[in-house]
Formats: sequence, C-alpha cells, structure tokens
Amino acid sequence: MFENLAEKLQRVFKNLRGEGKLTAENMEAALKEIRVALLEADVHFRVVKQLMESVKQKALGQEVLGSLSPSQQVVKIVRDELLHILGSHTSRLRLASEPPSVILMVGLQGSGKTTSTAKLAKFLVKQGHRPLMVSVDVYRPAARQQLAVLARDIQIPIYEGVPQESDKPLELARAARREALQSNRDVLLVDTAGRLHIDDELMSELQQLKELLNPSEILFVADAMTGQDAVKSADEFHKRLGITGVILTKMDGDARGGAALSIRTVTGQPLKFVGVGERTDAFEPFHPDRAVSRILGMGDVLSLIEKVEQTIDQKKAEEMQRKLLDNEFTLEDFRDQLKQLRKLGPLESLLGMIPQLGPLAKELKKIKGTDQEKELTKIVAIIDSMTPKERSNHMIINGSRRRRIAMGSGTTVQDVNNLLKQYTQARLMMKQISGGMLGKKFGGKMKLPSLDAFKFR
Amino acid sequence: MFRSLFGSTTENEPNLLERLKQGIQKTRAGFVSMLDDALHGKKVIDADLLEELEYSLITADIGVRTASEVIESVRQRVDRHLVNDASEIRSLIRQHLIEVLQASETPTPLVTEPPAVVMVVGVNGAGKTTTIGKLAHRFKAEGRSVLLCAADTFRAAAIEQLEVWGQRTGAEVVRQRQGSDPSAVLFDALQSAKARRIDYVIVDTAGRLHTKANLMAELEKMTRTAKRVVPGAPHEVLLVLDATTGQNGLEQAKHFTESSGVTGIVLTKLDGTAKGGVVIAIARELNLPIRYIGVGEQVNDLLPFEPERFVESLFETS
Repeated sequence: MFENLAEKLQRVFKNLRGEGKLTAENMEAALKEIRVALLEADVHFRVVKQLMESVKQKALGQEVLGSLSPSQQVVKIVRDELLHILGSHTSRLRLASEPPSVILMVGLQGSGKTTSTAKLAKFLVKQGHRPLMVSVDVYRPAARQQLAVLARDIQIPIYEGVPQESDKPLELARAARREALQSNRDVLLVDTAGRLHIDDELMSELQQLKELLNPSEILFVADAMTGQDAVKSADEFHKRLGITGVILTKMDGDARGGAALSIRTVTGQPLKFVGVGERTDAFEPFHPDRAVSRILGMGDVLSLIEKVEQTIDQKKAEEMQRKLLDNEFTLEDFRDQLKQLRKLGPLESLLGMIPQLGPLAKELKKIKGTDQEKELTKIVAIIDSMTPKERSNHMIINGSRRRRIAMGSGTTVQDVNNLLKQYTQARLMMKQISGGMLGKKFGGKMKLPSLDAFKFR
Repeated sequence: MFRSLFGSTTENEPNLLERLKQGIQKTRAGFVSMLDDALHGKKVIDADLLEELEYSLITADIGVRTASEVIESVRQRVDRHLVNDASEIRSLIRQHLIEVLQASETPTPLVTEPPAVVMVVGVNGAGKTTTIGKLAHRFKAEGRSVLLCAADTFRAAAIEQLEVWGQRTGAEVVRQRQGSDPSAVLFDALQSAKARRIDYVIVDTAGRLHTKANLMAELEKMTRTAKRVVPGAPHEVLLVLDATTGQNGLEQAKHFTESSGVTGIVLTKLDGTAKGGVVIAIARELNLPIRYIGVGEQVNDLLPFEPERFVESLFETS
C-alpha cells in the first residue's frame, strides 16, 4: 500500500504544485501520510509524535527545492531527520585492550541470538580475530546444541563445558573465559538465553554475567518485526544492563523495521549489524540510508528526491566548469566554496564527498597540520577585505593593495601572498581537469592527465 | 559542498535524539493505563480524550488504520449524542473489538477417522516448537495418543529440541536426519500414525519468513503430501505468531494462509508486555480465529483464546 503513497501525495498537492515555500497548510496532508507510514512501520507512537513536531518546526518556511512538490520536500526533511537519528553514531565494535574481549548477546526469546552469535563470530574471523563461542542458555531445550552445530558448520571453536558444571550460566561463562585465555582466543562471544524484560530473576542473571565478565559489548538482539513493545523491552534491557549496541535480525523479510528507530531513540545506542538471512554469512553492518528508506517505505519519492539532488549538483558542477573554462573562477567563487565547505563540518570527512573540489581539496589539505578551521577563517577574512573589483580580477592586486588587504583582515602580507598563490594554483588545476574532462567528452580517447601533472612544487 | 543547499542535517539538531527520548520517558512515567486514566479522570468527551484512545489502541499494536476506524465509529456515536458519558466509550470500544474477534471464531474441525493432523507454521523464532510441546501435553491430558513429526530439518538442533519435548510429554517423535526432505519425514510420520491409529500428529515445520517463495512452496508441498496420505489432512494449520510482532503480523498471516491454508492462530509470548493487538487486524481482514495463547515456557502455559479476556488485557497496564 506504500507504493500508492507517492501517488496519493501527488494527488493531494496537485493544486499546490509550484509553491515556493512550506507552510502549515501545504504540509498538513503530507505530514499526515508520513505519520501513518511511520506508525505502520511500527515506529513507536510517541517517537512518531515527537518526530512530526520537530519536522514541522524545521520545515516551516523552508524553500521548496527545484522540481519537488511541497509534500516531497517534507518527505525529504523527514528522511534527513531519520538519517540523522539512525546514522549519527559509527557502528564499530568496541573490543577490550586486553584480550579476551567479551561480547554478551542478549534479547527476548526468538529474536535470533544464537544465529547472530554464529554470524558475528564468522564476521570477526574475517576481520582477523580468533573468537571462541559459548552458550549459557541452560533453559531452552537443545539451545546449546544448536550453537554447537552452528560452530561445527562454520568451524569456529565453542566451549561446551563439562557435565558437572554445565547447568549454571555463570560457571559456564567463567570456564569459557578461562578457556579463551588458555587457547589464545581474543574474543569470547556469550550467547545467553532469551528472556522477557520483566522476568526479574533472569534479568538479574544477566546482570551477574555482566559483572563477572565485564563485557566490552552488550548487544541487544532485536527482531525487525517487533511492534510497539520494542520501546519497553529495549528500555528495560538497557536500564538493567547498559546495552552498547543493537543487532536487528530477520531483515530479509518485508517488515519495515520501525523498531530500529524506537530502540535507537529509547536507548540512545547505535544499530550495529543486521541479519539478512538464515545462512551464517547473511550478516552485514547496519546501513542507515537503507533502513530509512525502508521505514518510510516511499521508494518513489525518495528516489525522486535523490535525482533532484543530483541534478542540482550537476547544474552547479557545470556552472563551475563553464566558469573555469572562461577564466571566470574568481576569488569570490573561491571564498564561497570555502564558506560552504565550512558549513558542512569537519573538513577531512568532506574532502572526499565533492568531486568538483578535488584539486581544491588538495590545496586545503596542505593547510593541514595547523588548525584548519582557523586557516579557513583567515582565508575568508582576507578575501572579504578585498574590493569587489579585486575579487573578480586578482591580477590587479599589487603590493600596496596587498598591504591594505593584510591590514584590513588582520593578517600579514605573507598570508595574502600565500592565499593568492593557492588560489591561482587551484584555478589552474581545476581548469586543467575540466579541460581534460571536456576533452574526453569530445575527443573520446583523450585521457585525463594523471595527477602527477599537477605537481607544482 | 552543494549538499549544504539542502540544509545541513548534522549541525542544527544535535538534541533531536534527546528530545525524542524525553518524549518516551514522559510517556512511560504516565503509562498508568491511559485508557482508564482518560476515562475515569474526565467526564467530557473531547479531542484529547479521543487522541488518548488512539494512543492506547496503537501502542497495543492494533494498527493505525484499525485504530482510526474504531475511533471513528465511536466518534460518530458521540456526535449523534448517543454517548454522553466517557465511561461508555470504554465499553463501546471493547464491545466493538470483542465482536470483531468473535466474528472470526470457527469451531475446530471434527475428525472422525484418526489421525487428526495439526501442522504448525510460522516465521523464525515465533515459538513453534514450544507451542507444539504444549499442544502435545494438552492432547495427552485429554487421553489422546500423540505423535510428533520433526519436519524442521533445517535449523540446527531443531530435531533435538522437539525430542526433548517428546520426552517431557511422553509423545513419540518421528524424525530423520537434519537436511532431509520435510515432506518425506511427514510422509513417514503419517503412515506410521495411520497404521497405529494414533489420534494426533503434530507437525513441526522450519521457521521461514513469508517472503521466501521457495520455502513457502515447500509448505504447499507438505500440505499436498499430508492430503495424499490422510484424506482431509492437514485438519488444522496453526500459524504461530509472536505477540511482540507489529504490523508485519498481518503480512505473515496473509502469506501463510495463501501457501498452507492457515486455519487458526496461536499467539505466543503474551506473558511479556506486548499486547498482540495485530490479531484484531488479522481477524478482521482474514477472518482467522485465534485458537490459543502462549503465556510462558512451561507445558501448561497454553490457554484457549477468550476474546473478552484478551480485549480486557489490551488496555491493562503492564
């Protein structure tokens, strides 16, 4: 039924198409549809409510992008918010400095702990670790045997215990850790019995296991099909144990997985992995973007938004290229680029994201070593201190102009000289690259000049 | 850098998560049966009250569409002044939900010639094997002979798990090796039950996601096999549904019904805080009865489904 959502939104906004700004009125129907979509994806009622309020506030008065309708613009804002919530933590595993690191797998019955344990062990082996597994599920019939069979399949050792001590989770865990130390295993994966979050006795058992093992990760294994109750179980597990991450299982089905959002919200802990099948290699790191489009379930709208974004990128890039070819890439453009760059956050992470900026990025990297942000501020200040004429034509900047600019920006003539040098070099390189790109387009066989050609020091 | 045209997502809202979290905590603090609060605290029927009703229904996993419809029907009566007391709304909603569940009730099929074949299907981790153990215990307590068929030949140690239940309940288990054809195991079990006039054969199947076409086809094949050996079999196909499941439960019920002709639902794990409200949507849309509920891990923890009690529990604080 979500395939229809795009159509529905379009119908609702047919008459409003072309509106330039988001208003309470032109957002209302879209927000309603999105609310229903999120609830049907099993995102918790309150999470949806808060989200809708925050989106409404944020969206009000925002410009509607190019060829998007207001409703699509709202979807875009929601998508960005969800990405922000689900993706703002890196999902790497934390391991202890002194082996063996212990990873405790916890969760409700039937969420997929045992299968996930085997999958995670296999994942760790691929990363060069030497895991040992142990099942401390002494309750469910044949649970330990299940892990043992899986261990044999994936050829990863398991501690199975000795008959006399084999019915006490704590004893088993202690012995397994000893075994891991002795056999030089660097990660111990502990598969625990599924339990209800309101089962006080079994929850205390987990707390004791935590105390005993001092795990570096406590992973909450949750079924992607979980409904509204996800907030209660996740919250209780987190309160009792302090979980450090989440594995979302059964993502190979058609559940929309809104529980991910609920769990992330209520625990604040990152989603780390997803289970996508029954085979032991059907296991991957969590991808926020995929999860978001799945939860929203608005494939059509989302791909449209992406297309629009790409078109705008493309337009800008073409504009830049034209400017370069016509020698119009001025100091002002240079400054604008830097300013926009800074808005985006830490430089390092950005450099790779902007293809058109390749050479400029290289220049910026040279600033590295000192405080990049400070350097950027300086550059912008220098350009700001120029006259419009100077900005559009750097050739007229002679010695006395340089002194004036340095004074005006609180820098030195040396700084001004450096900047002008960086600018001309960046300009030169960008021109060469775009020339090369065009040459490729027209000449077909002409190769892009290799990066070595751009060495100028 | 052109991405900044779209408004940065990282810079402006570092506190969104925090705020969402507070929202939830607020809820939890006030999670003393919203419905009761709403109804005993207030006499006036207004928009706030109706929103609170929606909250209780949706957080019970009844689903946003079903919830809206239920509330809409109540709203209409309020508008027509047929209801003037808030507490009447409570009984109206309850009555409505109970009627939905009762409408889908069907008697368990009568089997004149043993064996009666009960096939148990569901997604992974729903609680099929545990349910089978409890069912076996139930049938045994009625003085019937029971044979368990270990047709989950896929999952590691599934056969062993069923065997433990066989020992606990005194039911015999027919099994083959892990990895063998489930239909072949079923064939064996049914032949043996027929020859020995066993009353019940309960068939354990591998958990499978309803989206896997080949695995669903395998279930179809099993039902065909059953029919060939025992005419009219499987007499009952029970879909085991985890009460923590959200709206996906409806999809599960649809797909399993298509491939294996589900005749009833077993709602498991109702001993937690999950309400399992999705069965209301299932009853409405697919007209499937809920046969049993699972309320624990012991052999006795399988109870017949009672619509009144179930609806009552939807609104209980947990």
